[in-house]
Amino acid sequence: MSAIEDTAGAPPRRAPEAVSPRSHDRTSWTVWARDRIKHTVPEGQWLPDRQPAYVASWVYVFGMATLVSLVIVIGSGVVLSINGSEWWHTSSVGHFVNSMHLWSVEIFFAVMAIHLWAKFWMAAWRGGRSLTWMTGMIALLAAVGTGFTGYLSQTNFDAQWIGAQAKDGLNSVGLGAWFNALNPAATLTLHIVVLPLAVGAIVIMHVIMVRRHGVVPPIGAEEPTS
Amino acid sequence: MSTSTTSPTRKKRQTPDSHVFPTRPYDLVKEMVIAGVILLLLTLALAAGFGSLDEKAITLQDWAKAAPNDLVATATSELAGTSSSAGYGPPYNRASEGQKLGPLALQKWGGVRIPVDSAQDLVLTPLEAAPTDTALIDGLSTWKAATADQHVTWAAAYSDALAATPDGDPSTVANGDYGPVPVMTSAFLTLAQAGGLEQLISPNFYGGDRTKQLLLLSDGSYLEDQARSRSLGGDQWGMMNEAGNYPGQVWLGVMTFWYQIPAIGGSDNGDALVWGATAIIVLGFLFLPFLPGLRAIPEKIPVYKLIWRDYYLKNRTKR
Repeated sequence: MSAIEDTAGAPPRRAPEAVSPRSHDRTSWTVWARDRIKHTVPEGQWLPDRQPAYVASWVYVFGMATLVSLVIVIGSGVVLSINGSEWWHTSSVGHFVNSMHLWSVEIFFAVMAIHLWAKFWMAAWRGGRSLTWMTGMIALLAAVGTGFTGYLSQTNFDAQWIGAQAKDGLNSVGLGAWFNALNPAATLTLHIVVLPLAVGAIVIMHVIMVRRHGVVPPIGAEEPTS
Repeated sequence: MSTSTTSPTRKKRQTPDSHVFPTRPYDLVKEMVIAGVILLLLTLALAAGFGSLDEKAITLQDWAKAAPNDLVATATSELAGTSSSAGYGPPYNRASEGQKLGPLALQKWGGVRIPVDSAQDLVLTPLEAAPTDTALIDGLSTWKAATADQHVTWAAAYSDALAATPDGDPSTVANGDYGPVPVMTSAFLTLAQAGGLEQLISPNFYGGDRTKQLLLLSDGSYLEDQARSRSLGGDQWGMMNEAGNYPGQVWLGVMTFWYQIPAIGGSDNGDALVWGATAIIVLGFLFLPFLPGLRAIPEKIPVYKLIWRDYYLKNRTKR
């Protein structure tokens, strides 16, 4: 009997100590990291299959819509950037990918705006969720910066004019000394590397906080009594 | 089964833990996949149906051919030190302190980190790189031998003379003491019309940084004329608009709005004021959870009753 046949049909067996080391083992960095993760978001909360019953409105969909539209923005942007910043001027395929990138960005900001206003009217910062609200706002600001550098990176008339205008605003508060809107090489790097990483990191923090605290209860709701 | 009660009129209360409420089945992954498919199809439909705008960048050659008088006037203003970039201040030079936000000289504090000598970098460097005839070579020698004050006197006089003509046509300028400026600006126009002036301004094989070329283009009026004809001026909500009927950066409306107020948009410190006003709004939203009064707005205007309509109906019945 081969080793494969020997194990076929049987659940994988592992040494018990490999899957459940003592939680008080302070010398293990892995245990420490796992405990931290469990402490931050309890097991079962990452991908929950139940929601509080009060989560019963279509407006909740826009949080998820913001996340998946961000994925489409990043995906279309990656394809657009593969052949360089000027590819889309001369290729019909490139132009279509640019169109996808543009419209995915417009959709992203539209659904994010609805999500933000819905959370405002829910006063979603209640119950220790201030940081959840703040990371959402910072993600919005980072996304605005990412969109802005994208417009500057188009290498066309639009980018020329936006750069010429934007430099005055940025320079007026000293930011232009560090971020040059007239340098398309620098704006492209910010657009495709630095700012997307920042948006991604902040969105991950935001989602972690949402999963940790759960969806904010209705205004005026009190703890259920059995 | 547990029940819950509501008391929206209570002023001070703790928001309960969401995990203690009754639950219902929910499929997160299914919602994610369905939302992804719908939004991807919507993106594809919009891209196929409307496409995207791509107006070709204006080259310096385009400018020189379409508006030669503007290019000559701009080159003259660079030599006279009267162009926008020449008198800009930080981050390009120290010709002025730049804009202030109240007592805060933020532009000055940013420092001169992108040094640009408008006369030298935007006009003289390309002329020196491509001396086309003896008149230009002699003109450049005369210019170099003269003092800075003499440069300004010659260029300012020529600039005034150009402005005195009906359409800024150099061929109709009155006689005067302009030194080598007419020869130099004429050669500059010839160079630009031939193409490749961008490369002479920044002789770098790979290009990349286009600060100097864009400053030169911005110093003229041709670029702005083109933008205004497409309703993209600052006072036309231009920052959030896109040429034609395409959507632009609508989300920048919070900044563009302030430019429409004459007292702000027309101020010498207009850009800094717009940033200041926008920063107040952004910080207000960011720290909303900690701002008494503002954070209570959602409770005063009960939009939340629509969002949690089912919950309130159910719990009112139970009570």
